Amino acid sequence: MLTKRIIPCLDVKDGRVVKGIQFVQLRDAGDPVELARFYDQQGADELVFLDISASHEGRKTMVEVVKAVASELAIPFTVGGGINTLEDMKRILRAGADKVSLNTAAVNRPELITEGSNFFGAQCIVVAVDAKFDSSSGSWVVFTHGGRIRTERDVIDWVKEAVERGAGEILLTSMDSDGEKKGFDVALTRAVSEAVSVPVIASGGAGNADHFAEAFIEGKADAALAASIFHYKETSVAEVKAFIKEKGVYVR
Amino acid sequence: MIGIIDYGMGNLFSVSKALERLEVAYFISDDPEQLMKADGLILPGVGAIKDAMELLDRTGLSTTLKKYADTGKPLLGICLGMQLLFEESEEGGGTNGLGLLPGCVKRFPGVTKEGEIYKVPHMGWNKLLFKKESAILEEVEEDFVYFVHSYYAVTNAEEVVHAYSRYEVEVPAVVGHNNVYGTQFHPEKSSNAGMGILQNFTKIAAERVGVS
Repeated sequence: MLTKRIIPCLDVKDGRVVKGIQFVQLRDAGDPVELARFYDQQGADELVFLDISASHEGRKTMVEVVKAVASELAIPFTVGGGINTLEDMKRILRAGADKVSLNTAAVNRPELITEGSNFFGAQCIVVAVDAKFDSSSGSWVVFTHGGRIRTERDVIDWVKEAVERGAGEILLTSMDSDGEKKGFDVALTRAVSEAVSVPVIASGGAGNADHFAEAFIEGKADAALAASIFHYKETSVAEVKAFIKEKGVYVR
Repeated sequence: MIGIIDYGMGNLFSVSKALERLEVAYFISDDPEQLMKADGLILPGVGAIKDAMELLDRTGLSTTLKKYADTGKPLLGICLGMQLLFEESEEGGGTNGLGLLPGCVKRFPGVTKEGEIYKVPHMGWNKLLFKKESAILEEVEEDFVYFVHSYYAVTNAEEVVHAYSRYEVEVPAVVGHNNVYGTQFHPEKSSNAGMGILQNFTKIAAERVGVS
């Protein structure tokens, strides 16, 4: 039986980890290599990096950071942000990432998922989906460009298409829950988990260890991701694992 | 010196970085002559077995691997690299493997005996369960290791399976016969247990150098 995975996420800008926006605006939160080593030792099951650099220079720096971080990790490593082409994927995977995460580029050109999956295998291709509840339709809508642009796509339809096209995993972020620290969007997570045959990573809303238990037990997530509560040591990966284990969740 | 076989499939970077962490000297090569000189060989691999076997045949590396196995020096296949060690795979409409280990490679049924659908690929951390004593498992604990695969090995030769994991079916996780070893999981991504197994492999290679 597979364990449920706990995944810390680092937002990296121009080679440095930055704070989440609910805190002081983009203040430096540390060296990604040091943080990666810290989470690896704490028992994180995987690490996700999101490159939020705006400039070309920042993106070039990112490749160097990916290399340095990969050298430190004995756990799987996913990199996302600004990956638009097969060449971008190659560059990031060659730098030492195990998986790439596609978001806006996949919505704009879904063939990119197929191309990546055919070339590197489905296990390399994570499709990240930013979802927001739409009360008029009673379902969730896909947003792109870091949540700035609303599309007409229904989340459930999109994740099914992404998997058919070769996505090996879905990184599902609830825009409604993100930064609220009131828990993952359990209904959304469950709806997506039940709709697809690949692992689903719940993201957005983690505020305490109990929220992880909810995402796994009620949300049927395979993995859960969080950033700020780990960065600011409000809790630790080890603490979360110990807590959810008590609740009957199978962890490493 | 450990040789990592570069045949165009697989993440050579993470395997080589893991060896660096263990402070083990290595080289990456596709040159048969150079690879034959290695004290131990690692065959990594991700992707489709048909493509991998075609590449190994086209480059002549499949012959090199068989010759290498005959020398008695240790060989380690990782993930797809392990599946390549068996006789055949049903992936891609049927593909012959290197035939260094008895058995074949099959796709996970994806449905339990009770008719319930489960997720394939088998992707994530699963627990290693030991089946027999093995030099490659020395001082390693029955810990969790990281798998990513849709196909698994099936063998009647029970002695070949050193450790397994359960994913509805019994999944051979560490296999071996004489000097030929394989891990279905990625030791380079499997934290302490994985690093322990890689270290044991390099130790087997080094000890053999001492003997000859």
